[in-house]
Amino acid sequence: MSRVNVSLVVGGVLVGLVVASALLSFVWTPYDAVQVDPATRIAPPSAAHWLGTDTFGRDVVSMLLVGARTTLFVGVVAVGVAAVAGTPIGVLAAMGPQWLGELVMRTNDLVLAFPALLLAVMFGAVFGPSTLTAMVAIGIATIPSFARLARSGTMQVLATEYVLAARAAGRTRTAIATRHVLPNIAGLLLVQASVSFAIAVLAEAALSFLGFGTRPPTPSWGRMLQEAQQLIYSTPELALWPGLAIALAVLGFNLLGDGLRDRFDPRLVDHR
Amino acid sequence: MTLVDPVTARDEVLRVDGLHVGTQNLRLVSDVSFTLSAGERVGLIGESGSGKSLTAAAIMGLLPEGVHASGSVRLAGVGHDLVGASVRQLAAVHGAAMTMVFQEPMTALNPAMRVGDQVAEVMLLHGARPDRRAARAAGVELLAQVRLPDPGQLARAYPHQLSGGQRQRVMIAIALANGPSVLLADEPTTALDVTVQAQVLELILTGVAERGSALLFITHDLAVVATVCERVMVMYGGRVVEAGPVHEVFTRPQHPYTRGLLDASDLASADGRLRTIPGTVPAAGRFPAGCVFRNRCPSASDECDERPRWMERAGGGYACWHPVGAHA
Amino acid sequence: MVLHLLRRTTVFVVSLVVASVAVFAFMTVLPGDPARVALGVNATEEAVAATRAEFGTDRPLVVQYADWVSGLPRGEFGRSYVTDADIGPQIVDRLLVTTWLVLSGMVVALIVALPLGIAAAVRHRTPSGALISGLSQVGVAVPSFIAGILLVTVFAVRLGWLPSGGWTPPAQDPVQFLRQLALPALALGLVQGAVLTRYVRSAVLDVLREDFLRTARAKGLTPTRALVRHGLRNAAIPVVTVLGLQLATLLIGAVVVERVFVIPGLGSLLLDGVANRDLLLVQGVVIVLVLAVLVVNFLVDVAYTVLDPRLRRAG
Repeated sequence: MSRVNVSLVVGGVLVGLVVASALLSFVWTPYDAVQVDPATRIAPPSAAHWLGTDTFGRDVVSMLLVGARTTLFVGVVAVGVAAVAGTPIGVLAAMGPQWLGELVMRTNDLVLAFPALLLAVMFGAVFGPSTLTAMVAIGIATIPSFARLARSGTMQVLATEYVLAARAAGRTRTAIATRHVLPNIAGLLLVQASVSFAIAVLAEAALSFLGFGTRPPTPSWGRMLQEAQQLIYSTPELALWPGLAIALAVLGFNLLGDGLRDRFDPRLVDHR
Repeated sequence: MTLVDPVTARDEVLRVDGLHVGTQNLRLVSDVSFTLSAGERVGLIGESGSGKSLTAAAIMGLLPEGVHASGSVRLAGVGHDLVGASVRQLAAVHGAAMTMVFQEPMTALNPAMRVGDQVAEVMLLHGARPDRRAARAAGVELLAQVRLPDPGQLARAYPHQLSGGQRQRVMIAIALANGPSVLLADEPTTALDVTVQAQVLELILTGVAERGSALLFITHDLAVVATVCERVMVMYGGRVVEAGPVHEVFTRPQHPYTRGLLDASDLASADGRLRTIPGTVPAAGRFPAGCVFRNRCPSASDECDERPRWMERAGGGYACWHPVGAHA
Repeated sequence: MVLHLLRRTTVFVVSLVVASVAVFAFMTVLPGDPARVALGVNATEEAVAATRAEFGTDRPLVVQYADWVSGLPRGEFGRSYVTDADIGPQIVDRLLVTTWLVLSGMVVALIVALPLGIAAAVRHRTPSGALISGLSQVGVAVPSFIAGILLVTVFAVRLGWLPSGGWTPPAQDPVQFLRQLALPALALGLVQGAVLTRYVRSAVLDVLREDFLRTARAKGLTPTRALVRHGLRNAAIPVVTVLGLQLATLLIGAVVVERVFVIPGLGSLLLDGVANRDLLLVQGVVIVLVLAVLVVNFLVDVAYTVLDPRLRRAG
């Protein structure tokens, strides 16, 4: 096991970069990320503006840094909603009566027929587009992944001998769930969280690109991309930076998930 | 059952010479040499991890990735050495002149293909039957030969619809289909119910006898070797430590390991007590230098630091500094 | 096998019904009164009541639902409350465009993923195998709309080989149709191909470790022929599942990619509907997309049963 876990390291570094950018943007950015300056519209990269400015004269570096904040915020809320709702549902489905488990799995399948992006567009249509509706919609669409994983993980833990022993010793279901099940499936859920985070980042970018996610003036990588697309014939490189940021963030969370999977329990995850 | 007379001299069909198997860093099988004659039945015995399955895989040219063989494996009627042969050359031999039956029948058949087609395939591949229809008919006939009930119906079944014993019969049908000159059987009955083992064994014996095939029977079951085989090779630590006619080796073993195996089996425990060999088999490639058995041997001495020479003896031999026969 | 299919069909039909109820409830009940929205805040009660009668929204919800759902099989989705246009023909037209897009994306994905995935599995210990795995990992991280923008930048802006967008029906001008389809199909297909490559690779790797592949070698098949004749069909079982899930992803990816390439498909229709707050139109597009996902999932189940004989007997 002396082999270095490449996925974990590279993924960790990329995710770390996104987090560092977001944190940095709270204390310092080269310029005000929302400051419109008609005098410096679409400036090429220079010492003053490392990656140039956009169509409104905003500094691209500053927007990217603050945009990292939006990305992480959306991811945390969406994955949080999914994990907090999905985990207990899955554990209950595994520990409760059989009809409950069946009901949960059928509902899961049904929710899966509504992809995150479609659900977010529906939410946007009914409640009006905003970051919050987008995040909640993405979160809801992600609940099934957590519920399914929590259920199968719980069933495996319940079948182990130490849980059978605990049951024989008269432990309550709640005690078994909190003391044995949750600690044992935590690693799996963390892996799922990392993968879901990548999906949330993608969904937010796509939604903002379509105009359904983050509202102006809050900087968002997806909207930067949409604004850059208008200028694709004159300054195509403006689309490159936010595109690269999104791809690297998604790659980071995917790799981190892969790395964590190898590390935590290859046996549990490998055989879905 | 028409057994070929073991005394008459028979044509040599397989010659293994100085076979070594290993990975980049580990030696797994060292210096295995032996021959098989037509119709001869030879047992290859040893504990798990002794290298007997790897030896068979190496002879067959089906080693796992990263494991390589050196030495020489010659098959009668094949113009080239099987060690180092191209995949194409090997493919021409596999399933025809040399075939193999594996230990685990549950997973050895393709789950998505009808059983009859899997039998027919091996005949079509080697041109034993002109077309699919003829091969299918011959396949059904073979299934009948391995005494499967209602072979016509069964040929259309998928493996999951068959029991373990039935699947192993199908595997035997595949192995015997083209009348091989050598059949390698790697613990073919180990995974089966005790009640089925004898029947499957009987099938293999009848099959090779009818075709005059040589049989290399790999097992850790000494009782089976005693009833099935004429000669036996005992492997330990990737080396053949003793070989010879079964009655000779089993009644007057020279190597302490053979002695240990016999004592541990129910063959020799006349006093009703089961003995065991002290210690455990080391991990692959981690056997001591010199005599591979010396760290478990009751009579090991300083001499055993050096590898014992092969001592010839009545149709076989042994490799030991302190043969049990000498002081027992 | 019949029992299994019967059960899957029941699940499928129930899912259809529940999904349509969910979409109806969400899009019709939640947003409030479309008549009041159409007339604005200053409208008189009488006018609102008249419009309600015209829309049919004064009827009980159950009747409205039944009316809407019973029209779906005939391609009737109602009249827009905003534009008064018949929604059905629009959806059918646009669905055709999106279907072209999704299918061509799938073809590209398969062309990319099958050879690369198999090669990566067969050579998984060599640098080239690792390279394919790494590339696919990177490909997975690039969303199709970003891939689309990159493709436009290179092939439309820099090289000028292909148009940057637009749509021509194939019957009208097949050459222009293909030229305009090329970039969006690549954008969708390359990304999905990267995802698919990973699944093909792991499915083939699993199969390569199977005992029955060793049996195939022992029968006299070369490694390649053993994989082709015995391995691929078994590897296809998990891959088909993923393919089904991917069709759903492609459908949704098409929504965004249509925006990049200015293609008048279902996605554009959906987004226009949202922009105009034309909720009945949105409801229609959403149910079509959800139905498509459910139908694909059902077909995957059926394909599974055909591919894996072990499932045929399973009750």
